[in-house]
Order: sequence, then C-alpha cells, then structure tokens
Amino acid sequence: MNLLSVEGLRVTIGAQPVVENVSFTLAPGEIIGLVGESGSGKSMTALAIMGLLPEGARADGVVDFDGHQMLTLSEGALCALRGDAVGMIFQEPMTALNPLMTIGDQVAETLIVHGRMHRAQALRVARDRLDRVGLTADRFALSLYPHELSGGQRQRVAIAMAIALRPRLLIADEPTTALDVTTQAGVLDLLRDLARTEDMALILITHDLTVTANMADRVVVMKDGIVVEDRPTRALFCAPAQGYTRALLHAALPRPPGPATARTCDGPGRTATPAPLLSVQNASRAYHLPRPRLFALRPRIAAVQDVSFTLNAGEALGLVGPSGCGKSTLSRAILGLDPLDTGTITLAGVPIAPGIPPATRAAMQIVFQDPYSSFDPRQDVETLITEPFHSGGKPADWRDRAAAALQDVGLSPDDGRRFIHEFSGGQRQRIAIARALITRPRLIVLDEAVSALDVRVRVQVLNLLAALQASHGLAYLFISHDLSVVRSLTTRCLVMDAGRIVEDGPTPDILDHPRHPASQRLVAAVPQIPAHWFPAPTQEMPR
Amino acid sequence: MRPALILGLCLTGTALAAGLLSLIWTPWDPTALAVTQKLRPPSAAHWFGTDQLGRDIASMLMAGARTSLLVALVAVGIGAGVGVPLGLAAAARRGGALDGGLARLNDLIFAFPALVTAILLTASLGPSATNAVLAIGLFNIPVFARVARAGALSLWTLDYIRAARVAGKGRARISVEHIVPNIASLLIVQATIQFSLGILAEAGLSYVGLGAQPPTPSWGRMLAEAQTFVTLAPHVALFPGLAIVITVLGLNLLGDGLRDALDPRLRGRLT
Amino acid sequence: MARYLLIRSFALMLSLLAASVVVFVAIEVVPGDPASYMLGMNAAPDTVAALRDQLGLDQPLMWRYLHWIGGMLHGDFGTSYTYKVPVAGLIADRLALTLPLAGLALGLSTALAVPLGLIAAAQRGKALDTVVMGVAQLGISVPNFWFAMLLVLLFALHWQVLPAGGFPGWSDPVAGLRALILPAVALALPQAAILARVLRAALIETLAQDYIRTARAKGLNRRQTLTRHALRNALIPVLTILGMQCAFLIAGAIIIENVFYLPGLGRLIFQAITQRDLIVVESGVMLLVIAVIAVSFVTDLTYALVDPRLRGSA
Repeated sequence: MNLLSVEGLRVTIGAQPVVENVSFTLAPGEIIGLVGESGSGKSMTALAIMGLLPEGARADGVVDFDGHQMLTLSEGALCALRGDAVGMIFQEPMTALNPLMTIGDQVAETLIVHGRMHRAQALRVARDRLDRVGLTADRFALSLYPHELSGGQRQRVAIAMAIALRPRLLIADEPTTALDVTTQAGVLDLLRDLARTEDMALILITHDLTVTANMADRVVVMKDGIVVEDRPTRALFCAPAQGYTRALLHAALPRPPGPATARTCDGPGRTATPAPLLSVQNASRAYHLPRPRLFALRPRIAAVQDVSFTLNAGEALGLVGPSGCGKSTLSRAILGLDPLDTGTITLAGVPIAPGIPPATRAAMQIVFQDPYSSFDPRQDVETLITEPFHSGGKPADWRDRAAAALQDVGLSPDDGRRFIHEFSGGQRQRIAIARALITRPRLIVLDEAVSALDVRVRVQVLNLLAALQASHGLAYLFISHDLSVVRSLTTRCLVMDAGRIVEDGPTPDILDHPRHPASQRLVAAVPQIPAHWFPAPTQEMPR
Repeated sequence: MRPALILGLCLTGTALAAGLLSLIWTPWDPTALAVTQKLRPPSAAHWFGTDQLGRDIASMLMAGARTSLLVALVAVGIGAGVGVPLGLAAAARRGGALDGGLARLNDLIFAFPALVTAILLTASLGPSATNAVLAIGLFNIPVFARVARAGALSLWTLDYIRAARVAGKGRARISVEHIVPNIASLLIVQATIQFSLGILAEAGLSYVGLGAQPPTPSWGRMLAEAQTFVTLAPHVALFPGLAIVITVLGLNLLGDGLRDALDPRLRGRLT
Repeated sequence: MARYLLIRSFALMLSLLAASVVVFVAIEVVPGDPASYMLGMNAAPDTVAALRDQLGLDQPLMWRYLHWIGGMLHGDFGTSYTYKVPVAGLIADRLALTLPLAGLALGLSTALAVPLGLIAAAQRGKALDTVVMGVAQLGISVPNFWFAMLLVLLFALHWQVLPAGGFPGWSDPVAGLRALILPAVALALPQAAILARVLRAALIETLAQDYIRTARAKGLNRRQTLTRHALRNALIPVLTILGMQCAFLIAGAIIIENVFYLPGLGRLIFQAITQRDLIVVESGVMLLVIAVIAVSFVTDLTYALVDPRLRGSA
C-alpha cells in the first residue's frame, strides 16, 4: 500500500508546461530523493502535491495521498491535511520564519490551527519538538525570535514546525542548499533520523545527487519537467541507466587532483624555483560589535588572527573554512578593500593597503560567487569586462583584449555587445572570469566561484579554470566552504577556523587525513558516496 | 503600454501644454478686470465663465498652470538636487559621520511640514511664491535623501560594486557610474510623486495666502477668492479645483505607470 | 528595549532643541528688529521702545532664547500683542477645536482605510480591487480644501443637513460635533485613500514572502494567513505613513479651518501673521512642531513594539 502515488502529473504556468507526465510512488516511511537541476520541475511537483502551486499555475493528473485526491480536494480539506498529515520545509531558512513571532509560538501555531490543543499545552509540545530537532531548552528558549538564530538553527525551527503533529509525509525542498557544509550535514542527519524513528516518509528535493547517497532509499531524477530515472539509490549510483544521470553523477564525483598536480611544474612565464607571489604575514583584523548594554564597552570580535602564509606564482591554493571563520575578511584585506589592524600583505613584493599602485591593482583580480549580482545590469558585457582597466587606464588595443578574453573563456567576441541578462548562470561566471583575465593578472581570487552553479556547469567551469591556469600561468586563491570543490583545482590547501589557519598542507593529504578537529569536521560533513558504488568510467561519459 | 500610463501622460501633458501656451496666448488677458461681466456662467466667449471681478477663468487657469507647475518643479529640483547627493554620500559610507548627520537632519526637516515652514517664512519675510517653493523644496530634501540612500545601500552589498572597487574605483565614481543609473527609476518615480504632492501643497499654501501673491495667477488663490461666491456661482470654485485634480491625478497615474514599467521585479532578471 | 527607548528619547530631545532654534531664529532674528516689524512703519518711537522692553530685545540673543524656552517649559508663552492676553490661554482655547478635529479625521481615515486596504489586497486583481483602488487614486488627487467646499455646497447649502461653518463651542457637545463632521470628512477622505493604497501594497508585498508559504504549509487557510501573519508584518510600512499622516493632518486641519471659519489654531496663526503678532506666531508654530516631533517619536516606539528586531538595536 502506497502512502503517496503520483500519476501523470502535469503542471502548467500559463501555457508553459513546467512538469510533464510525472509519476512515482512512495511507501510509508520511505525516503526518496527528488533530484534535478534548477528548472527541472522538482519544486513544482512538490508544491502540486501540497496544493500550494503559485497563482496562475495549474495541475492535472492524479496525486493520491493516503486515499485523498490532492488535486481535486477542496481548499478547506487541503488546509486540514497540510501541517497535520503532510509537512513541508523550504530552501531559505532566513526568510521562512515570520520575523515578528517567537519560535515557540510559530511551532505551537501548527498545533493550534489544527484544533488539537490550547496555547499553553501547544507550547509544551513545541518545547518537546524543538528539543527533538536539537534546539534544547537551556540555549533556545521558546521566547526567542528568528533573527536571534543562525540559518541552520532557523532551518531546525522550520523542521520542528513541520513535524509538530508527526505527519506521515515530510517534503523537504532543498533544505540545506542555503547552509554551509557542516550545518548541512547536521540537518541531513536530523531529517534521516526523524524519518527512521518517527516512521515518516520523506521526499528530499535537491540539486545535489551526492546528498541523496546516504539518505534516500530511492532516487527520482528529473530533467526539464520529466522523470528520466527512478531507481533504488544504490542501483542508480552503481549503474545509472540514463546518460543524463551519468553526467550528473560524474559531475558530482570527487575528481582526482592529477592534472593540477602535473601542471605545477610547467606553464609559461614561470621560473624553476617557485617565487612567493602573495605573502601574508601575521595578519589580524578585529571588528567592533554593537554594545550589549547602553554604557557597556563595545566587544571586539577577532575575525582574522595572526594569519601567515605565502602563495607562489602559478600555484593554486585553497582556503577552506565554515561560514564566519574569517575567510571573507581575509580576502577583502588581500584585495586591498579593507585595511588590516596589524600585519602585512605583499603582492610581488609590493605592500597591499588602500591606495595600491595601479600595476599591482591590475595584477590581482577576483571572481565572485553569485553570477546574478556580479554585473551591473545597465552596462554591456564589453564595458563590464574592461572595468578592471580603470586603475591603469585602457590600453589602445582594449577591444581586442576584451574579444580575446571572451574567447579564452569559450564565448564569442560578439557577446561583448550583449547585456548580462541575456546569459545563463554558467555563462555569466565565464564572463566574470573574462573580467578577471582582462588585465593579465598574476593572481585571481576565486571567492566561492562555483558554489552557486548546477553540478554539471560547475564541472565545466572548474575545467575551464584549470585550463586557464595552465595556459596563462595564473595563481589562484580558491576560497570555499566546500572541500569537495577545492580538491580538483588546488594543490595546496589552508583550513581556517575561528580566524586562524589551523592546517596547511597538500590538498589530498588534508582531504584524506585531516589532523585538526576543524578540518576533520569539514571533511566529515561532505556527503560521501560509498566508494564501492562508483561506476566504472566509460567512454561515453560527457566532459 | 498600460492604459493608466497613457491617461497619466495625456492629463499631465494637457496641464503642461496649457501652462506653456499661456506664455504666448490666452483667450483673454487673465488679469483684465471687467466688473460688468462678473460671475458669468460658462459660455462660448468665456469657456469656464468669469470670476467675481469679471476675469476669464479659462485664461486664469492656463496662467495658473504655469505657476503651479513651476513651483512644484523647482521644489522637486531643490529636493532632488540636494537630497540625492546627500543620500548617495551617506550610503557610500554606511554608519559614518555623514550617515548619522543625515539621519538627524532628516528628523529635523520632517518636523517642519511645508505649511509650517511657509508660515515661518511668511511671518518673517512677508508672503511670496518663493516662500512656497522653498518650503516645499526643503521638505522634499529628506524624501529624496531617504530614497537615494535606501536604493544605494541595497546596491552597495552587490558583487558588481565590489568588482568596481577591486578595479580601483573610488566611492564617488562608483556612486555616479554604477549606483545612479540603477536607482534612476526609483528616483524618477519619486520625483513624479513629489511633483504631484508639490502641486497640492502649492495650491494649499496659495489658498491660505502663503503662496503666490496677486497679480500672479494661481489655482489655490482662485479657490480662496471663489469661496465667498461659491453659492452664487459654483463654477468659480469648480473649475480651478478640477484643474488641480486633473493635473495631480495625471502625475499620480504617470508615477504608478512608471513604477510598474520600471520595477525590476516585473521584468524578471532584467535588472 | 530600554536601550532603544533611551536612544530614541535622546534623538527626540535633540530634534526639539534644533527645531526650537530654527523657530527662534526665523521669528526673532531674520526680521531684524521684531518690534518695529510688528508695529509697522508709522509706529511712535516710544511705542516701539515699550514693545522692545516687553520682548526683552535689548538682551543678548542667547538670553532671549533661553528666556523663551524657559518660559515655555513653565507654560508661559508670553503675552499676545494684539489680544493683550497670555498666549498660552489663547492657544489652549484654540486647541480645544483643532485637536478633536485632527483626532476625528485620523480615526475616520483609519477606520475607512484598513478594511478597504484589506479587501483590495485579498481581492487583488479582481473587480472590487480595481474599483477601490480607482477611487483611492482619485482620492489622493483631490485637494482637501476644495473637497471641503464641495461638501459645503452639497450637505450644507443644497441638502442643508449640516452646518456650513462656524463653531458653537463644546457647551453643547452634539452641536460642536455636528460642526466638525464635514471638516473631519474633508480631511479624512484623501488621507484614507493614501493609507488604503499603502496598506494594500504592504499586504501584497508581505503575502509574497517565504514565511507566508510556510504558514500555508502548516495548514493555515488564506484568511488565517492574512490576519495572523501578513497583517502584522504589513503594519510596519503602514505605521510610517500613519506617523507622517498625523503631521499632514495637523497641517491640513489648519487649512480646513479656513474653509469652515473654525476658530482653531490655524485661524489664530493666520490672523497673527496678518496682524504681525510674532509672539503668537512663534509659540503657535513651536507647538505645531512639537506635535509633529512627538508623533514621530510615538511612531518610533510603536515600531519597536511591533518589530522585535528593532528592540536590540538603535
């Protein structure tokens, strides 16, 4: 007997179909992973099951949940089911909670609106449920407001709300995408544990195939609104039947650092003995926090404490740590955007401080995380990518240089006259790289440069970066919270925690044998695909 | 285009055209008295009738449009000219001394509604249309400063601003090259709103005698003078009021239409 | 919360201080010699001298400013030159009309705007929404004093159900209230139009937020979502407008008093301007400014009550 069966589900927004003929089933207590890239229709499928499709969208087909026909049920009957028999949590924990209501009241509300109990009793149950999701009474009083919690903690509140009435089905729509890797691991563990111990079926919607490996009993892969594969997890990982799944899986696999290591000893413009290009010595930076009380001293938080390292010309160095470890502060100091309190940073021997000489400024560029906010929407691509010429003045051949930079990243010189909204996320990130290349820099800071991309696009961009490093003799400082992405690109890696560098060594060593507890936490947090599941590489695997 | 935007353009255009036309031509001399012709209802000769002194109301309305639009326009100019640079500068160094100072200045100016400022200016300097311009313009300054600051603050956190800083651009240059073009639509919409509020405020000030003085034609003063005769000849009060409503309504529709047309959320990821 | 209160109170004091300096400078410094200004060109020298003495014009500016502030703190607003009575009593009499008028208009506009804004937001895009917002669009385009004239034409002159103007005093509360109905309606309707538009926009913005979807996923129906989650969040932008509206209502009341020949604060100030009675103007304007500042202070405090995020910060 299935708890949920979806048959021939079709969702259209206006005349545009976004989900086509989707069918799958879910047994009580089963966990399925619903996997697909952005725009694959996985979230719309979930919202259709909940009866929460946005205005203007319409669903046809059959969604049978525990004997209820969800697509034809009245709004009142749907409201009675939602939050009671079926719960849902969403991607963005920072905005998913009402900012004006205490977390206790928000959890209790689920119990109250379903008429099960009065407020006092509901608050007692809310306390119990918050304890269950790991927000214990000693640190997380019911009277806290969402803004007093971190993203991971807020997501736990959202989970507590969704499981308050012990629903038989929980739908989690990208529950960890907005969280950093260590927080993600905790939330995933919690979801799996809840499903197992409370006999709750779980639909885990994610763009990241690896996340499902240790979670799901079955994986449903979607692409462009249709289901391309639906099989037990292990079978899917060991022998993916569809080319698309194989491509996804290949992109998600940890890739050997071979090519990057091989590249370190050659490449144009480099001497035999590696010379330090970037040198950071005893860098420290502290911030003032707001006063806790009116006349109290403003507490200081040390964002970066006594950090020292060097980066050689042509080297790719990873800088990894959880959110808030100080890596952003450090990168801003290296780019000369913010001053240090103490310590020095030099690039090719020139000290970095506000007011850097143009030549040094041009020797260092950056690629940001978000391809959507990285560009001024009102300027054409040529203007955008030649902006780094500002400090040193435009050379006479700047148009040729712009065309060459676009070609370097696999775009056409004609793209220079187009505007940024005409490009996809992956293409935008290529344009960001072109902007970084235009001054022929020696160092590019990659600030979470692939974190916002779909896995297949991510692999393409990582490959492009590796190729450019070899052809242009670039040094990279690759900043990320995610160890898995630094593996393929960097040879050496720094682990940062609470403002300090806690480990410094070859990337494979740190990934395989982390010594410091902070590194161990980071490594453990990366979702692992069991080693014996790896499919044998085949020729048809697209790169 | 949306119908509201078109209607807004038409109404605003009518008021503007009437004001401009009055510079070179009006049906009658708007200041010429003809006591024998007083309080005549609308006719072929006097489209909107005549007032208590026999002046042609249509001609006065055309000339009054000039006053209203000019006062409101200059007031918007003062507000935007002072407020926008202040707001941009405050946003460029968030939490800095200028940002704090601007907040206090805004608090202070908001304590003086245009009417109160006009009372003060009139009490100490005597009544004039300049008072109205200054009073309305002053009150516009914090409005534009807030809009510019809020819009700029949301942009300063974006990566393309960081990219510009990495390229070595200074805060002032970034404000001009990247911030202003991207908050221009916000500012244009706000300017339209302040323009329409300015016309209402000018009419109110002239009505209570704090604005344009005779013989400068003004819609507000026409209403003040009409008040005594409104029972005898309602048209004397009707037409100036309608002129105000049409102009203000036109500007409001224009502002709403522009907001919808320029709102990035309605254009997907265009901006 | 205590910290927020303290900081806002400090800002309040600062605003009051700065505003009082502005008023003082505008009235007592800008005209040159206020005494000659008040008495006009043809005044006898000894009359001017007497007035200078009464105003303390021979004292240094700083002394005069402190004297004025100190007097006001004790309820001494000086003596009107034209009426020859203490300004404080004069203003108090007039406030007995202006304050109820502004309060009545505020209550009326809120009572009208909240249901209309809620209905329009709930019926977004449907016929009722279009009609309500169309009327509101017209409402914000009408100057309130002209609207007042139309009301007088219809209700007082044509149908003769309400008085056209004047104020019988509060000795007969019903007659007093009847005299304020048309002025209050004239003030309230344009304000209600603004408020309804802001409330609708704020509600629609709030209804698009993620936490509304969360609430729906919890099993709340549309009405519960609107009243339990959206309304309180939408209140924040509405409060801003409501605070500013109080300022405009005070200013608007002064103008409306002219239409209905109501002996309120506005008429007092305008007559004082005509009679060049700067003592009355100075205190009257200062009172208006204090009222506006006090309203924005109360608005700030209400914010903190509604929004827990503000309580911890400045």
